[in-house]
Amino acid sequence: MNEMVDLAIIGAGPAGMSAACAARACRLSVVLLDEQPSPGGQIYRGIAEARDDRLAAILGKDYAAGEEIYRRFVACGANYRPATTVWRIGPDGLSWISAGRSGELAARRVLVATGAMERPFPSKGWTLPGVMTAGAGQILLKASRLVADGAVFVGCGPLLYLVAHQYLNAGVTVRAILDTAPRENLLPASALLPGALRQPHYIVKGLRMIAALRRSGVRMHRNVRAVSFSGQDRLEAVHWRDRSGEYALECAEAFVHQGVIPNLNMTMSTGCRHAWDEQQLCWRPDLDALGRSSLQWLLVAGDGGGIGGARSAALSGAISALAAAHDLGRLDFTAFERESAPLIAARRRDMAVRPFLDRLYRPAQGFRIPEDEETVICRCEEVTCGDVARAVGEGCPGPNQLKSFTRAGMGPCQGRLCGHTVTETMALLSGRTPQEVGYYRIRTPIKPVTVGDIAGRIENAEQGAQHEQAAAD
Amino acid sequence: MFRPLDDKGGKAVAIEIEGRSQIVPAASNLAAALLSAGFSPFRTTPAGAAPRQPYCMMGVCFDCLVEIDGLPNRQACLETVREGMHVRRQQGAAAIGEKGKAR
Repeated sequence: MNEMVDLAIIGAGPAGMSAACAARACRLSVVLLDEQPSPGGQIYRGIAEARDDRLAAILGKDYAAGEEIYRRFVACGANYRPATTVWRIGPDGLSWISAGRSGELAARRVLVATGAMERPFPSKGWTLPGVMTAGAGQILLKASRLVADGAVFVGCGPLLYLVAHQYLNAGVTVRAILDTAPRENLLPASALLPGALRQPHYIVKGLRMIAALRRSGVRMHRNVRAVSFSGQDRLEAVHWRDRSGEYALECAEAFVHQGVIPNLNMTMSTGCRHAWDEQQLCWRPDLDALGRSSLQWLLVAGDGGGIGGARSAALSGAISALAAAHDLGRLDFTAFERESAPLIAARRRDMAVRPFLDRLYRPAQGFRIPEDEETVICRCEEVTCGDVARAVGEGCPGPNQLKSFTRAGMGPCQGRLCGHTVTETMALLSGRTPQEVGYYRIRTPIKPVTVGDIAGRIENAEQGAQHEQAAAD
Repeated sequence: MFRPLDDKGGKAVAIEIEGRSQIVPAASNLAAALLSAGFSPFRTTPAGAAPRQPYCMMGVCFDCLVEIDGLPNRQACLETVREGMHVRRQQGAAAIGEKGKAR
């Protein structure tokens, strides 16, 4: 028979690594599978590699905080499987592929810690080579020590300013920062500031970063709207509008960002309950305070369950692992309460800054729902905003029917880069709420796999059955 | 165009990009190595033959799909370079059968 573990964890970011440590402390058997070749997730990407003082100084001390979690993780005794893609999860466990090999892992509980991805930035020309997310730019810096001179940073949110700041620390020229944070956000956000000030270090860090960007003399434009990108075979210029007029700036690279959203496909594929989050303008799985989903076997920790950032992710990973240990009868209720209470309180404190940040950097509608007919919404199948509008006009009721009308969401990314835009665009066009419109029905395999990969799985299962038979004989 | 932050020296390996040999840092991320080698585009789309290059660098956008050692549809951002690796641009839809040298 295939191997059976107490807890299978997917994702080696702060949530997954902390969950592994907490579960091991309760003596659960743990396998952690991760797509990347080394631990850290995206936030602590490359944390296992040696860094010299220069890169450490560029990345800053919040990044260095990942080292402690990483050190505890490698010592915790979890079975860690890097460079492994999980393409199915279910009540019995999961299916994986890794470097041409494939297999099954049976698990009593599955904890999804697949983190966040950047919100789509649907705009004219955003598919051109040279336009990439701010997170992508940061990954190239963190894990590959690569930088691009003269890039333009476009959008809003802490990550955008952080990467620009890291570029300046590295002595790399930044052509301009085009800040799209709508000024209308200031008033509603300021009402939430007192709550956020219970976690002053976030506010202080943000203010310092923005002050440093201003002092640096880098060209900055605020209240930027109507962003588009142009070029023949790759990016040549970025265009925008603000209150003083229309502008264009030549550049070879643009880093775009409108905040982050949960990386949904894995939880969506299970059929567990999800809901549209009005505060964060995204779908997220419906979870209890311990990260338990509407399915008994499935828990979700970290940003994949709603955006909270790295510290909250690490805390929620530990909380969910304790919940799993309790539910499996491996941690009695008194011990569970004693160990989880301080973590839950710490997480609540850490999350106090969120309502303010979410409101301050809430992307303007024009950056979530394209205004231009020609703007590509589905990058894979090149379905435009106009195509979606025509389908809705013809009576297409929701995202799943939109697939047959337009092929939106049917390419290799499986809706990851268009799902949120499709929900919100269809909601606006048909006068319904995003919750009423719904999301694509996500099915296994949640990552593209070859028939050979699946055949490998069947072969393995048959061999398993034969072994079992042999054992019975 | 992406460039190394500084010259750290270190080990290097040779990979083949569109039939041409290229020296890249050992154990580097393939998409990063291709970007700093000026490889563009990574692929063209099946729908409109539009040029694409990595957008997310974390495995969600699939715009970095390339052909590696004859296997199409590999996410370059999730691959690590190996000595002698053959990388080709993926034109339109992934080729299958003889042309794609499928397994």
